[in-house]
Amino acid sequence: MTAPTHAESGAASLLDRRLPPVTEIGAASMIAIAGGVIYLAAYLPKHAPLGVAVALLALAAALQLTNAILLSRLPDFAWDRFFQVGGWALLAYAVIAGMIEYAFVYDKTRGAPLVVMTAMLALFMLNVPVLIAFTVTRYQQTR
Amino acid sequence: MSATAEVTIPTPEAPATRPRVVIVPVRGLPIVGLVLIGVVVAIARDARWGLMFCHVVGGGLWTAIDLFVGFVVGPIIGRMSIPARIEFSTRFMPKMLLIMPTVVTMTLAAGFQLARLSGFLDTSNPRHTWVVVSFGVVGVMAVIALAYLEPANVAVLFELRKPQPDGRVVEKLMRRFVYTAGITGVMQVATLVIMTRLAS
Repeated sequence: MTAPTHAESGAASLLDRRLPPVTEIGAASMIAIAGGVIYLAAYLPKHAPLGVAVALLALAAALQLTNAILLSRLPDFAWDRFFQVGGWALLAYAVIAGMIEYAFVYDKTRGAPLVVMTAMLALFMLNVPVLIAFTVTRYQQTR
Repeated sequence: MSATAEVTIPTPEAPATRPRVVIVPVRGLPIVGLVLIGVVVAIARDARWGLMFCHVVGGGLWTAIDLFVGFVVGPIIGRMSIPARIEFSTRFMPKMLLIMPTVVTMTLAAGFQLARLSGFLDTSNPRHTWVVVSFGVVGVMAVIALAYLEPANVAVLFELRKPQPDGRVVEKLMRRFVYTAGITGVMQVATLVIMTRLAS
């Protein structure tokens, strides 16, 4: 006994639609962010040389910019759902990023390392909601 | 959730009902808030026992849930019929949406402070390398969880909210959820090795 599904009932499945690799690019950006945060955290409470961290930060930002461009070019996408899900996820991840930032400030991270760390947390905070919203919206029918 | 309205999935043989899908179980949010406040207080007070409690309880739950979902619940779901999977996911996934980020935040925030208090963050500490390796393992798990696992968790809930969910979409997203939980479960074994090395 199975319930009829869109596919079984003949409707075109949203599974078959071709979309840009937003998830993969977002995951690559996340790898760069995680690498940068680990690199900086490995030196705490001392200051790490910032070259590698800044390069990873720039890479993560470039990948997220690429995702934003790819998303903006999607012709047929349920944007209302995307922004609804993304907005709530952003709120949740702002709380999580805020807690991480609090921990670093509490541990007396200051100056340039704190700036780089904060920028990485900001990218993290923006990236995860985009990935969640994209994954939800790709299976939503546009009106 | 039991007080919510029912949605009918018609089948050729008999009508079936399933509970209305709740994306975020709002009643659980105060508990999440209390846990996070507890972690912040433990950090602010440098309360070693509090940090240890948050890290051990959070880490234990994180590891156990990942292993249980990946290797016990996952294969069971895989053998269920699509309506049964839908009903199970409807009740299971909203809870995971609250539990996992809370447990992970609790474990990592407390663990980082414990490492600092124990001097493991100091590059001259002989156990510093193990801490950095644990950062790496957590980094890999974070990428998998945040880029693949959690989006699948939320997406399956939105699919289940539809009057007629697409069984193939639910199946694909649940498979992705269970596989990624399994991968992070395997990585948790590496975390256990590192943590026991640090504690020994």
